Amino acid sequence: MIKLVKYVIIDILRSKVIFAYTLFLLATSLSIFSLEDNPAKGLLSMLNIILIIVPLVSLIFSTIYMYNASEFIHLLVSQPLKRTQILIGLYAGICISLLIAFTVGAAVPVLLLEGSATAYIMSFAGLALTSVFVSLAILSSVITRDKAKGIGMALLMWLYFSLLYDGLLLLLMFQFSDYPLEKPMLVFCALNPVDLARVLILLKMDISALMGYTGAIFNQFFGTNAGIISAASIMLLWIILPLLIAVKKFNKKDL
Amino acid sequence: MIIANEITKTFGKLKALNKVSLTLSKGETISLIGSNASGKTTFIKCLLGMVIPDTGTISFNNQNILNTWQYRSSIGYMPQIAHYPDNMNIGQIFDMLHDLRKQSATDADTELITSFGLNRFMNKSMRTLSGGTRQKVSAAIAFLFHPQVLILDEPTAGLDPLSSELLKEKIRKEKEQGKLILITSHILSDLDDLVTQVIYLQEGEIIFHKNISQLRSETNEEKLSRVIAAIMKNNNSQND
Amino acid sequence: MERASAKTKIILTRTLFFLLFVYSFGFASAKIIHVGNSYPFKSIKKAVAIAQAGDSIIIQKGIYKEGNIVISKSISLVGEHEAILDGEHKFEILTISANNFLVSGITFQNSGYSSMNDFASIKVIDASAFIIENNNINNAHFAIHVSNSHHFTIENNLIKGYPGEEQSTGNGIHLWKCNNATILSNHIYGHRDGIYFEFVTQSTVASNMSEKNIRYGLHFMFSNNDYYTGNTFSDNGAGVAVMFSQHIQMTQNKFQFNRGGSAYGLLLKEISDGAILENTFSNNTIGIYMEGTNRILVKKNKFQSNGFALRVQASCSDNTIENNNFIANTFDIATNGSLVLNTFNGNYWDKYRGYDLNHDGKGDVPFHPLSMYAMIIEQNPVAFLFLRSFMVILLDETEKTIPSITPENFRDDTPYMKPFQL
Repeated sequence: MIKLVKYVIIDILRSKVIFAYTLFLLATSLSIFSLEDNPAKGLLSMLNIILIIVPLVSLIFSTIYMYNASEFIHLLVSQPLKRTQILIGLYAGICISLLIAFTVGAAVPVLLLEGSATAYIMSFAGLALTSVFVSLAILSSVITRDKAKGIGMALLMWLYFSLLYDGLLLLLMFQFSDYPLEKPMLVFCALNPVDLARVLILLKMDISALMGYTGAIFNQFFGTNAGIISAASIMLLWIILPLLIAVKKFNKKDL
Repeated sequence: MIIANEITKTFGKLKALNKVSLTLSKGETISLIGSNASGKTTFIKCLLGMVIPDTGTISFNNQNILNTWQYRSSIGYMPQIAHYPDNMNIGQIFDMLHDLRKQSATDADTELITSFGLNRFMNKSMRTLSGGTRQKVSAAIAFLFHPQVLILDEPTAGLDPLSSELLKEKIRKEKEQGKLILITSHILSDLDDLVTQVIYLQEGEIIFHKNISQLRSETNEEKLSRVIAAIMKNNNSQND
Repeated sequence: MERASAKTKIILTRTLFFLLFVYSFGFASAKIIHVGNSYPFKSIKKAVAIAQAGDSIIIQKGIYKEGNIVISKSISLVGEHEAILDGEHKFEILTISANNFLVSGITFQNSGYSSMNDFASIKVIDASAFIIENNNINNAHFAIHVSNSHHFTIENNLIKGYPGEEQSTGNGIHLWKCNNATILSNHIYGHRDGIYFEFVTQSTVASNMSEKNIRYGLHFMFSNNDYYTGNTFSDNGAGVAVMFSQHIQMTQNKFQFNRGGSAYGLLLKEISDGAILENTFSNNTIGIYMEGTNRILVKKNKFQSNGFALRVQASCSDNTIENNNFIANTFDIATNGSLVLNTFNGNYWDKYRGYDLNHDGKGDVPFHPLSMYAMIIEQNPVAFLFLRSFMVILLDETEKTIPSITPENFRDDTPYMKPFQL
């Protein structure tokens, strides 16, 4: 499996798309931190890239790669290899390649140029979101046979996690504003990987504001060790669960 | 060597295979023929574990292949159309397969690589290859690990006459070594003299599975293509 | 100007004290009384009893447990290194009612607590022209408690408390009904209010460090015409609270890390006619909170990395906010109504994204510092959870393009393109 991972990485790292993605991240992070004399503004731009662009690219790139590799997957399946290993190998290969791109393009420059606690948690969030959304992309490509459908599904997932979910929660919040909603809302937020990453970053970036009225509950939950562990486990679940379902479906899939 | 027992597979409403039972023995070179969508490729994919039958069992050397993968190390498979990772070159594809199968390159069967002249293209990336060259790579891969069983799906389809002849020569050699070779093809003429058995599939059902000599005597035709044509004709007139 | 006059005032007061001392030494032949193990006087109380106006009592190294020492004479009480007065958690240590005295270089510890009396380490009543300096006050209920006094200096004391409940913890430096006081370069830590002023006028608080107090770093109640400058207020319940007071000048202070549920850098309540100039507000939950505040000038301050830089309640009017830097705050402005009776003019806002075609350094389109999302949070604090989400960014951008909820006249017409050098 490790060998498969190696070859997938070799293949992806040579692709122009991944090169363009790395370059885009690198150009963005360098320009926002060197042109902007206010590092806080740079971090804010970086936050939007991590919460919006990184999931989108991870989803679309992985989905397209999986469809383009379908004949290659056929070849692999006809070899004496376990299907579980093939799929996990593909996941690991795609994921590691995107993680390398993110590290080179965003994490390293941000840590070198900013180096604050916010920069660290942002890099961590970017890596986590990449892993989560590659896993979701693998699932969508295993479920749907049609390439257009698969990409459509990936786009929908992105729209849902980064926009619709929050929209629905806000709507819910206004509908039930007479009830004590802090705890349920916090739980709902933690269940969306994008929201969870955002909240973790906010805890460093906007700690002054968060320690105000509602902030107490943020800190009570995420400020403790138990909170950090539960946040990390939810992220991990978002990586493992879709992949597990994908493996199960893939093992029964007719190719 | 391979025994299929009452294999049924449906895709939606389409019955791709309907209670197919077959025994494929060592030393035979079997031509699997049938019109388009007759279930040839589905049957091959069932053998390779790429498609999982709804009912029925397949055993390979008396082992049920369901949920196993080790048996595939004894099969060489050449798909109808093959794509490989775009950004790898031919050499890397071969290296990767050696790596993945944990079999060293020294005892590999590189005869086809040499005779196809693939050595010259080892550094060419897969993206830039013509369909024919890709077929050559697929063929070379199928034979690479000295498999006991060869499954070739439309092997000569995209090949030029010279390469086609080279492949045929190779198949003949393997046949002489007593291997089981399963070929699907609808252009039969160029494989006529290799085939020892014919399986004829139609709409997911086996119409017949016979030795070539038996077929010849039944139809009084010498050339395999004529034999088949005669049978198909017979069959159609029966249906009408 | 303000600062220079404050310095002059400090120097004048101190010269006055010096002259008073020279005057008293000149009259009676002042003597020095040593107290300690190696001297005839072992007890401070006894030395105080025989001392006369103008005498100095010098306390040798050692721990003195003498309960409550009462002084009503113009004497100097000076501690040598490690001269410790211990209140054994039962007594008020020093109670002074005199003009013209000095308490210097003494360590006070473990003064008593009573729910009936405001026990202090040093209590001064009805006094004037005195100096309390270079003392180390540890674990007190009230550290220095001064009432009904005038013209005095409290300087360079190190005051450290161990706060419990707000009700059972006393203030660090507590002034009641005083005037012309100077509180200079003290370091106060862990009390209820670091420095507390009630009915205190014409007084100066300068260069103090007040931190980790459970209520306020500095607290004004009904105190007018006071001035504080160059202080640092860090990690208190609120940095400074100015309530029911007038004409308070606040310059060049640092308000930082005052964070929490109702934590402010500066809390203004029912005050009028003051100025807030050249201060730095950083990392506070709310930089300045204004309620019932009128005619205050907020100018050349730096607001950086606060939750809310300014919260201006609708009960405020005629305040002017100009030439300030607003940088990296989560929100620049919050309010609780739509009434705007204050002027925002010529500030630098890092969230401003307008243009400056005529290159006069000021943006050509007005800036609306109140975001729609800030107003949503005002009504529904749970919405905090969606801070910086894609949804909220879209909402805010829409509101900026087509304003519908945020008050139209809440705006800065001449926002600066570049931050001020402050």
